[in-house]
Amino acid sequence: MSTTATTYGARDHARAQAGTVVETMPSIPASTWAAPPPGVAAEALTWAETVAGGGYTHKVLARGTRLRLTDVEGDACAHVLLFNADGPWERLNVADTVKVQWNAYLGEKVALLSDQARVLATIVADSSGRHDALCGTSTVDGNTERYGDGAPQGPSPAGLPLFTLAAAKNGLGPRDLPPSLSFFQGVRVQPEGALEFTGSAGAGKSLDLRIEIPSIVLIANVPHPVDPRPDYTVTNLEVLAWRDEPSTPDSPEWTHSPEAQRAFENTADYLTARGIA
Amino acid sequence: MSTAYQSQLELTFDVAARAPFSTVLKRGSELAIIDLGGNQAVDFLCYDANDTAKRYSAAATIAAQRTIFLTTGSVLRTQEGAPLLTVVADTCGRHDTLGGACSKESNSLRYGQHTRFQHACVENFLSEGAKWGLGKRDLVSNVNWYMNVPVEADGTLGIVDGISAPGLEVRLRAETDVLVLVSNCPQINNPCNGFDPTPVRMVVTAPGSDE
Repeated sequence: MSTTATTYGARDHARAQAGTVVETMPSIPASTWAAPPPGVAAEALTWAETVAGGGYTHKVLARGTRLRLTDVEGDACAHVLLFNADGPWERLNVADTVKVQWNAYLGEKVALLSDQARVLATIVADSSGRHDALCGTSTVDGNTERYGDGAPQGPSPAGLPLFTLAAAKNGLGPRDLPPSLSFFQGVRVQPEGALEFTGSAGAGKSLDLRIEIPSIVLIANVPHPVDPRPDYTVTNLEVLAWRDEPSTPDSPEWTHSPEAQRAFENTADYLTARGIA
Repeated sequence: MSTAYQSQLELTFDVAARAPFSTVLKRGSELAIIDLGGNQAVDFLCYDANDTAKRYSAAATIAAQRTIFLTTGSVLRTQEGAPLLTVVADTCGRHDTLGGACSKESNSLRYGQHTRFQHACVENFLSEGAKWGLGKRDLVSNVNWYMNVPVEADGTLGIVDGISAPGLEVRLRAETDVLVLVSNCPQINNPCNGFDPTPVRMVVTAPGSDE
């Protein structure tokens, strides 16, 4: 008779797994994360997790949170969506983000704009420079064609079904998923409009977001949709967040452009009225 | 389907400057969008008419065709990658996928709070979409026919003077039954329509038509 043939044995077997540590898992509470960033107290951490390639995660973050994404091994690709946690019909608008700020590329000081002309989050640090705001995430059909499978629990999950699951766990449906951003795998536009995939900047690169409005954050760590490599190539993504301060009129991001300044002013106006400034 | 039906001109409609428009294209139908005055941006969203959760995705379209511009041969795709419309003819040669729609809100960032009560495309999309049960969640980055949005080497992008002219035409073939939502852009603060919104003509022809 096996040890799990009885309820007592099965219970003991299940409980004996507690405390197992693997490479890709959340640290709960986040303060138990082994290596907080320099200058950050362990107690200030609110999210600490290593997301496997092909995995997804999500969290609701407070205003003023600093969110650091790190490409641990050099082939992470963090597909990201943001929603106003208080009213998720307000969400990241990629077209406004690039059009209003007159630039198609993501980097330091770029404000991630909502459809209501407010700043959901700001990019406050970036050691990678390989990002994309144009191509969105991958699809089941696309991954099936390229890798043989795109299902969320298969060997080569696509980004869209992972976003769909992450959204569902926050009460959101497929209609709530607009085009997303992706970090750590770059794309550039050539003079006549063609896309050039520039890939990763290497291991250890990171990007910091400052959350300006309480936000639902969805992250899928999957290969970029125009990554030309024949194999499903994606490595671990480290996600750390800690309590920090939101942007102020003295922050360089606030005055980076007249458009950004108006977006921050709109945000402050909203937060003041909402009572959470 | 009868021969008479197949050769039918189903619809011709002039969309006034600043106005919305919508229609359902049956699979195989074609929609011609004719720039009557020249240099008029036509903001455009499309949905699978049988399941509007399946809708145009700028990102999926760009990723699939590996270029940001639309012209003959371009396929407008849903977020799952399924084809909605194919550009089967285009006498202009360049159309935008990046700029999205103007809104009262984004105008406040681009030009200032004084634009708050000016016309904007999102208002058209919301009011016209409501007729089909669509709401704000259903609005995503859209196509801008005839709008010219180049990207410089350093990533600088912006709406610049159009390359369209009176009488130029883009023709789309429906790959499934497609709900089309149009805002004939009312923007008066940038060159997308030469600062002067003008009407456009919509011509729908049924499958097999000689029109």
